[in-house]
Amino acid sequence: MVNLEVNIAGIILKNPVTTASGTFGFGEEFADFIDISKLGAIFVKGITLHNREGNDYPRMAETASGMLNAVGLQNKGIDYFINTIYPSIKNLGTEIIPNINGSVVEEYIEVAEKLNDVDGINALELNISCPNVKEGGMAFGVNCPAAIAVTSAVREVFHKPIIVKLSPNVTDITEIAKVVEGAGADAVSLVNTFLGMAIDANTKKPILSTVTGGLSGPAIKPIALRMVWQVYNAVKIPVVGIGGIMNATDAIEFMLAGATAIQVGTANFIDPQVSVKIIEGIEDYCQKNGISNASDLVGGLIL
Amino acid sequence: MKRVQDFRVKHYRRLNSDNYILTLSSDSDVEIVKPGNFAEIKIPDTPDVFLRRPISILDVDHNANTISFYIKAVGKGTRKLGTLAINSVVNIVYPLGNSFTINKQKNVLLVGGGSGIAPFILLANKLKNENTAITFLIGARSKGDVFLTDEFSKYGNVLITTEDGSFGEKGLVTQHSVFTDSFNFDHIYTCGPDPMMKAVAKIANKKYINCEASLENMMACGIGACLCCVTPTIAGNKCVCTEGPVFNTKELKW
Repeated sequence: MVNLEVNIAGIILKNPVTTASGTFGFGEEFADFIDISKLGAIFVKGITLHNREGNDYPRMAETASGMLNAVGLQNKGIDYFINTIYPSIKNLGTEIIPNINGSVVEEYIEVAEKLNDVDGINALELNISCPNVKEGGMAFGVNCPAAIAVTSAVREVFHKPIIVKLSPNVTDITEIAKVVEGAGADAVSLVNTFLGMAIDANTKKPILSTVTGGLSGPAIKPIALRMVWQVYNAVKIPVVGIGGIMNATDAIEFMLAGATAIQVGTANFIDPQVSVKIIEGIEDYCQKNGISNASDLVGGLIL
Repeated sequence: MKRVQDFRVKHYRRLNSDNYILTLSSDSDVEIVKPGNFAEIKIPDTPDVFLRRPISILDVDHNANTISFYIKAVGKGTRKLGTLAINSVVNIVYPLGNSFTINKQKNVLLVGGGSGIAPFILLANKLKNENTAITFLIGARSKGDVFLTDEFSKYGNVLITTEDGSFGEKGLVTQHSVFTDSFNFDHIYTCGPDPMMKAVAKIANKKYINCEASLENMMACGIGACLCCVTPTIAGNKCVCTEGPVFNTKELKW
């Protein structure tokens, strides 16, 4: 028997496989395809204080081994989440971790305050890395003072673990990781999408309505893996690895690079059952390699 | 229920160099499919086609366990789907999306253009069971682009327009003589290019006729998770994959 449990800042996940915000809805969308309760956690779709309609269509462009998105945090706001969505997903049998966003620090504070009082919400993911909103979002994640300001402000009002989701669109991701650790983050998740763009040569126009968008998928995996490894070596808090994970081998590579848990993102679009297949694949790998605790993989890279 | 299922290529029916009907078969039961539903098809052995392709379901046969698709080869994915070996495995996620409203209408018009004719077989089949009188109006560029008219004629009257006048009436579908003051349809269904559907919706609106359009936005997941395929409606952005693809045109911000 392999023990798949991992510990993220005091929260015990039944296994290291979670789903990335924005790629798994609120979980129920996948209920026909998999047993949701098998997942380590669901990082639900990004939430803001108020309703947001998101960006205009087209919001998506397929690219080589990946895709660009520019959804722009379409969601019905925190009150709708707490009152309408959460009651229907709280009993899915897995950790539900809200991903929170804001255009100003006060919005993050208000959303975090509201979530602090919700029974069953044991952590939040503080998104300072959304590349698809005009105000806020990634702006908080690409310079140290802004990252410190938002993290410490949310720290004051949210008394459970905070996982700060980092942007890869920086010169040195370890600098941001270190300052958010200092500002009270209990864990970091990385990476969010890379800022990219796609052009239609026939029309000479950008494909996305926003011109630029966030690149995800296996195209970004080697860069994400490198960043996870760098951050793992720079901070003491747990790292949640994200970036183009398509199968169990990819997930194991992230764990070896230092990720305590991983998020499956874009792969959910290609195979709605992939998250559970990854859990089974990690278990198989551990069995074959005589590893009794999946957490022993974390940082196990042999140099 | 939505599911992920492996099928095998059973048969191709070539309509012309770019258009074909792909029939897939399975060892297990095929899910119940409603008119307007689509499938997300994984393109086999094509690493440079990253996402699944959303394709409208043409027909299902629950005795033979088959599902078929009318496909127009427009890009790498739809071209590749037309060149698979018989018996190769094709993985699909289906049935997805909502469906056309069938509500004891007396006399309906189905307006299709391009690959927009795909959901009309299942739709006509259902309507026939309700004893609804059906008229098809199919628009194409020229005679060589008009398909499935033999199938449609089993269910009702088939009208054609071609842009070059090589078949049926010359012009666009909305210029067809069926749209005269005397026409008395109580419901119009339309599927095809956006400009065509918008023009049809405009006529329906003027005549106070209920009109439903099936949209074809680009999609990633197909199951309402990514929010990429939205269309603006009077109630905000809605996902074409789960809240559509069929919309009452009064809902749409056209």
